[in-house]
Amino acid sequence: MTTSALRNETRSPRRIAFGHTLSRWDIKVSPYLYISPFFIVFAVVGLFPLLYTAWVSLHKWDLIGGQGKFVGLDNFAFVLGQQEFWIALRNTIGIFLLSAVPQICFALLIAAVLDNNLRGRTFWRMSVLVPYIVMPVAVALIFGQLFADRYGLINNLLGHIGIPPIGWHTNTWASQIAIATMVNFRWTGYNALILLAGMQAIPRDLYESAAIDGAGRIRRFFSITIPQLRPTLIFVIITATIGGLQIFDEPRLFDATGTGGADHQWLTLTLYLYNLGWGQLDFGRASAVAWLLFMVIIIFGIVNFLVTRRISNNGGGER
Amino acid sequence: MSRRKRNIVAQRPGSLVYAFLAVILLGSLLPLYWSFLIGSGDSSTISDQNLSWIPGGNFIANALSVINDPNVNFWKALGNSIIVSTVVSLSVVFFSTLAGYAFAKLRFRGSRVLLVFVIATTAVPTQLAVVPLFIAMSDLGWTGTIGAVIVPGLVTAFGVFWMTQYISTALPDELIEAARVDGASMIRTFWSIALPAARPATAMLGLFTFIMTWTNFFWPFIVLDQNNPTLPVALSLLQASHFVDYSIVLAGVLLATVPLFILFVAAGRQLVAGIMQGAVKG
Repeated sequence: MTTSALRNETRSPRRIAFGHTLSRWDIKVSPYLYISPFFIVFAVVGLFPLLYTAWVSLHKWDLIGGQGKFVGLDNFAFVLGQQEFWIALRNTIGIFLLSAVPQICFALLIAAVLDNNLRGRTFWRMSVLVPYIVMPVAVALIFGQLFADRYGLINNLLGHIGIPPIGWHTNTWASQIAIATMVNFRWTGYNALILLAGMQAIPRDLYESAAIDGAGRIRRFFSITIPQLRPTLIFVIITATIGGLQIFDEPRLFDATGTGGADHQWLTLTLYLYNLGWGQLDFGRASAVAWLLFMVIIIFGIVNFLVTRRISNNGGGER
Repeated sequence: MSRRKRNIVAQRPGSLVYAFLAVILLGSLLPLYWSFLIGSGDSSTISDQNLSWIPGGNFIANALSVINDPNVNFWKALGNSIIVSTVVSLSVVFFSTLAGYAFAKLRFRGSRVLLVFVIATTAVPTQLAVVPLFIAMSDLGWTGTIGAVIVPGLVTAFGVFWMTQYISTALPDELIEAARVDGASMIRTFWSIALPAARPATAMLGLFTFIMTWTNFFWPFIVLDQNNPTLPVALSLLQASHFVDYSIVLAGVLLATVPLFILFVAAGRQLVAGIMQGAVKG
């Protein structure tokens, strides 16, 4: 503001006034102008739908017929009274735990290995990212066949070591392990790189003094790496939670019918939402499921927060 | 003692470490190679109990069946995926840089609260929006058009947050001051000072947005149909129409993976750097 005024002093008085006002306006309004595209688009495709979902969930609402009469919480009562909902909730949590826990442990291991002074560092870092470029739909189609009940490669290999074929598409837990495997395949390397970045930010002095004090590799990992890595770990866990609880692509394409299995063995909440909305054409009930899913994510977020806080208290890290 | 200190940092790892990493790499490639084995065979290959490790000769024929299948609309899907991913990436990069510059370098009332709001929106699941979005798109008559897929992707909170982080450290305040002293308008300062300074981060954001959009399935699957699909939607149709012949399905899967594989070969380094940089700051 002052700078442009200074410069304008050399010009005629009228132009000073005009230029001054213009420049002041420019400074005041521009920031809001620059952030407005985000907020406008978000209001239209994010905030409005969020509130409108609540509105739809309180009505009888048909995909073709449109808005029907106000029914209060009937849609929620209906959904909560359905066994399918509870099965879907159990499956969603099951698949989430089967993917998140091994994935983060394995990503930590890979990151720790990559944290060495490797030859061909960039090559190895890139190599763990290969699965990330395969789209989830493709991963699901590939693994759906690797885990095929009769002729799948995995049952075939198990047969060679004397294990009878597993009903990956019939048994509840087996199907969830198969779907969790797809998630792990795609995301473990990606998370390993995030954790690796966190590890590289740890001051090397800490390792050196610990080594001088006689701490071995494993000891150094648990008493230095893990506590120091806490902020990165929290980030990875939270992203894995938000993404994991919304899983759709993999269960949808796990078989050719896409409804979550004959006995809902791998029906997830999002798949249930889809079946209600676009299978049974009932938007009211689908919206109720959307809100229930949102609440599940919030509850898990809070649980995550409390658990990670405990880790921080017990970990004894300085931060 | 100082000598020993140096040793721990610079130590080259043993061959066991490389063996471990090589096994991981082979494990990641195995499902793709297996798909190639099936995709280069015929309809009976998938049930072959003594599958050969040498690929068959039918890959091109199978790929052609995918491309020529009227239910799959392969070229249309490829074209749509390219258009959608490109438009969305350019838009996300431009608007995120603009907003990120404002949040990082400009002073205005409410900037802090607004930035916290942006970050908070990342926790809202997309599922929460699909029903009303679908109703809105039907009312507008946009269902089945790629506009319905592009518009909800035009901005991302992640992008705004990412660019804010980057610009706040990468762009010195003095540079902006200098431009202002020279009488440059606000938008001019953004265009000729901030945008060039943010280029490395914009490239990475563009890359990730491209991949995220390219692989996105849920919303395109709901709003598009087989006449005008994106690649993931077309792939899902492939399974529905060819589940009797998985050599064709898996040939299609590989075909759909090729474009991102090319991107990976060309820009894998930037992808790695982007993930690692985003993590340190995020």
